[in-house]
Amino acid sequence: MARSVTTQRKSLNTFIAWTIGLLIFFPILWTILTSFKTEAQAIADPPVWFFFDWTLENYRVVQERSNYNRFLWNSIIIAGGSTILGMIIAIPAAWSMAFVPSRRTKDILLWMLSTKMLPAVGVLYPIYLIFIQLGLLDTRIGLTIVLMLINLPIMVWMLYTYFKEIPGEILEAARMDGAGLKEEILYVLTPMAIPGIASTVLLNIILAWNEAFWTLNLTAARAAPLTAFIASYSSPEGLFYAKLSAASTMAIAPILILGWFSQKQLVRGLTFGAVK
Amino acid sequence: MGQIVLEQVTKSFGDVTVIPPLDLIIEDGEFTVFVGPSGCGKSTLLRLIAGLEDVTSGEIRIDGTPSATTPPAKRGLAMVFQSYALYPHMTVRKNIAFPLRMAGLDRAEQDRRVEQAAAVLNLTDYLDRRPGQLSGGQRQRVAIGRAIVREPAAFLFDEPLSNLDAALRVGMRLEISELHNRLKTTMIYVTHDQVEAMTMADKIVVLRAGHIEQVGSPLELYKAPRNLFVAGFIGSPRMNLIGGAEAAKHNATTIGIRPEHISISAEEGAWSGVVGVSEHLGSDTFFHVQDTGLAETVTVRADGEVNFRHGDRIYLTPREERLHRFDEQGLRIA
Amino acid sequence: MSTKASRSAARLMLAPAVILLLAWMLVPLTMTLIFSFQRYLPMRGGFQGWVGFENYARFIGSSAFWPAIQTTIIIVGGVLLITVILGILLAILLDQPMWGQGMVRILVIAPFFVMPTVSGLVWKNMFMDPNNGLLSHLWRFFGADPVIWLSDASMLSIILIVSWQWLPFATLILLTAIQSLDSEQIEAAEMDGAPVLSRFWHIILPHLARAITIVILIQTIFLLAIFAEIFVTTQGSFGTRTLTYLIYQRVLESQNVGLGSAGGIYAVILANIFALLLMRIVGKNLDR
Repeated sequence: MARSVTTQRKSLNTFIAWTIGLLIFFPILWTILTSFKTEAQAIADPPVWFFFDWTLENYRVVQERSNYNRFLWNSIIIAGGSTILGMIIAIPAAWSMAFVPSRRTKDILLWMLSTKMLPAVGVLYPIYLIFIQLGLLDTRIGLTIVLMLINLPIMVWMLYTYFKEIPGEILEAARMDGAGLKEEILYVLTPMAIPGIASTVLLNIILAWNEAFWTLNLTAARAAPLTAFIASYSSPEGLFYAKLSAASTMAIAPILILGWFSQKQLVRGLTFGAVK
Repeated sequence: MGQIVLEQVTKSFGDVTVIPPLDLIIEDGEFTVFVGPSGCGKSTLLRLIAGLEDVTSGEIRIDGTPSATTPPAKRGLAMVFQSYALYPHMTVRKNIAFPLRMAGLDRAEQDRRVEQAAAVLNLTDYLDRRPGQLSGGQRQRVAIGRAIVREPAAFLFDEPLSNLDAALRVGMRLEISELHNRLKTTMIYVTHDQVEAMTMADKIVVLRAGHIEQVGSPLELYKAPRNLFVAGFIGSPRMNLIGGAEAAKHNATTIGIRPEHISISAEEGAWSGVVGVSEHLGSDTFFHVQDTGLAETVTVRADGEVNFRHGDRIYLTPREERLHRFDEQGLRIA
Repeated sequence: MSTKASRSAARLMLAPAVILLLAWMLVPLTMTLIFSFQRYLPMRGGFQGWVGFENYARFIGSSAFWPAIQTTIIIVGGVLLITVILGILLAILLDQPMWGQGMVRILVIAPFFVMPTVSGLVWKNMFMDPNNGLLSHLWRFFGADPVIWLSDASMLSIILIVSWQWLPFATLILLTAIQSLDSEQIEAAEMDGAPVLSRFWHIILPHLARAITIVILIQTIFLLAIFAEIFVTTQGSFGTRTLTYLIYQRVLESQNVGLGSAGGIYAVILANIFALLLMRIVGKNLDR
C-alpha cells in the first residue's frame, strides 16, 4: 500500500534527487551546451552557461571538415546490419529453445552466455589475421559480422526470456480454436512476441552503436563508425572543444533517445534475465 | 449431439502412468464434473478429451467418431482454461471471433455470433476493450464467449473459477449452470472444489490417482459413497469417520456419519463429549466436539440458535438410518 | 506437447546460432592458444619456432605484468566500490516518492548510453584538462592550483570516468531489485519496531544481495575489458596500463603475437573465473 507522504518529505526527496540527477547528467548537458558556443566561449573562464552567442557553426564545420556523414553512415549500417543479421539467427534459436525445450536447453543457454564473456583482447590477433586473409579488414561487412557475433548471446537470451513469458495455455487455446501452425504463428505468437523483439532490437542497436574495441581495432579510413571518428579527436590537433562537443553530441544524440525508451529492457538484456 | 465415450484410455508420461485403463461414458447434454485432489489426473483426462495430449492407448469417441488421433481443432470441442488464455493483443470482439475466423466464416456471420454471445454474457459494452482492461470475472466471460460462438459438441472447463475471489466464484457458478440449462450442451468441468461439483453437476466423477473412485449424481454420491475416499471427499464439513469398538457394534471396520445427521442434546444421547471450537454461521452452527472416545473430534451441525459454550459437556445421537458402514478395504457395506 | 517432427525442426532452428558461436569461440581461441606457444613476430620474420611455455613465463616475468595486474585490480575494484555503494544509495533515493521521478531516472541513466570514446574525450578535455577544463576553472575559483588529472591523478581520473559510465547500470539494476521488494515486508519490520537503519541492514540489503552479486559479476567482466576509455585518454601511460591494454600493446603495437597471445590466454582464464560464478547464479534462475 502506498502511503501518503508529507509534502515536506516529498519536496526534500525531489530536491536531492534532482540535484544528483543533474550532477550526473551534467557532463552531457555541458557537452551539448558547448557545442553551440564559439571556441573562445567554450574555454572561457569563468565558464559561460546559457548566455552566449548560440551558433550552429560547429556542426557545420564538423560535417564539412571530417566527412562526418560517412562515419555516421558506417555506424548506421554496422549497428543496423548487425542487429538485423543477429535477429535472423537469434529469433529461430530463442524460439526453439523457449517452445521446444530439451534437456540441453539450459546448458546451451549458459554456454552462449559464456561466449559473451570471452575477453576480446584474447582473440584480437587471430581475428585480425582472419580479417586480413578474408579481405574483411576495414570493411563494413566484416565489422557487422563481428558485432553481430558478440551480441548474439544477448539477443538470444533476451528473446528467450520474452518468449518464455508467452503462456503455453494461449497456444493450446489457439489450437482448440482451430488455428493450424501457420495461423498460430501468424495471429497469436508473432503479435505477442513483437514487443520483446522490438526491445531486443533496440538494445542491440545501442550496444552495437557504442561498441568501441572492435570498431577501433578493425577499421581505418573506409569503414570507421562514429566511435572511431570521435577517437580521432584525441590527437592534439583536434583539440577544439566546441567542435569536439558538436561531434560528440551528434554521435550520442540518437542513442540517448533510443536508450531512454529501453531502460527496462536494458536490465533484462544485460543481466540475462537474472533481474526482472 | 455430444456424447463422449472413453474406452480403456491410458496415459503415461515416460515411465509414470498418470491414467491407468479407464472407461467412462458422458451422455449428450450432461453436465459432468471431474473432481479430485490435485494431482489426481483430472486435468490430464480433460486434456486427453480435448486432444491437447495424446492418449497412450485406448479409444475416445465423440458422437461415435473415434477421435483419439484427431487434432484438437477438429474434435468440435471448446475449452475454457484456468488462466482464461485470452489473446492479450486482441480486443474482446476479436478474441471471441477468433475461432470463427479460423473456421473461415464470413464477417457478417462472425459479427452476428459475437454480438449474440456478448449479449448472453453481458459483454456488449466491453467488446472493444482488451483483456488487460477487464476484471477477472469479465475475462472469464470472454473465455466462455470464445467457447460458445463455436457451437461446440461439448464444452470443456479446466478449473475455470480458481482464479476468482469467493463472491465472484459463486456468481460465475450460477452463470455457468444457467448457461448449461439454456444451451443443453454437454459440459465437462474439472475442479478440486467439491462444492462446485455438488452444486453444478448432473454427474460427478470422483478421481484419485487417475482412477475413477465413483461416478454418480451429486445426491447418489452424498447418500451412498462407495468407499471411504468418496465419503471423505464429498460433503462439507467432512463426514465423521469412526473406527474401533463403536464401528464393530455395527459390524463394520469404519462407520461414517455426516455432521448434519447427528442430533445434539445437553442431557442425554448415545455419545458424549466436550465442546471445542464452535463455528456460528448464523443459519447453522458447527460444533467440534472433543473427548468423545470415538475420533479426535466429531463435527456436528446444529441449528443456528443452539448455543453451547467452549468446554460444555454435550450428548450426541447419530441417526441410525444415515450411518454409513465400510469394511476393512474401505468399501461400503450395503 | 512436443512431437518428433517439432523437435527436429527446433534443432534446425537452433543450429545456425550454435554453429556460429561455436566457430566464433573456438577458431580464434585455438589460434591464440597455438600462437602462445610460438615465437611469432609478424614484422620481424613471422614464425620463428616453438617455444613451449616461454611466452607464458615471459609475460608474467616482464616488468610490466605485475603493475598491469595491480592497475587492473585498482580500476576494477575502485569502480565496483563506487558504483555499487552509490548505486544502492541512488536506487533507494529514486524509489522514494518525488515529483518528476521519471525525468530524474532518465537523467541518471543517460551516461550509460554515451559511447566510451565520447565519454573518455569529453572528460579528458572539457573537464580534466589542466588549462581549460571545467574542473580546473573550479579549482582556480577556490584559489587552488588545478590538478593535472590524467597524469598526476591518472588512476583516480580513469576510475572517475568509468564509474560515471557504469553507475547508471548499477543503479538501474538495483532499483529494479528494490522495486520488487514486497512493501509489506518493510511495513512488517516497521511494526516490529525496526528503525530505519536496521530496516536497511536487515531487510533491504539482504533482499538486494543477489542483485548486487549480479552487478558485481557483470561489471567485473565488462570492466576487465575496458579499452576505449584508456585508448583515448592516457594510452596506457601514467600507470594506467591494464592487463587488457598491455596485451593490446604487445599484439598490435609491438607486434609480438606470441607473447601477447600468452597474455590473452591469461585474460581468458581470468574472465572465465567470473563468468563461471555468474553462470551459476543465472543458471539457478533458469530452473525456476
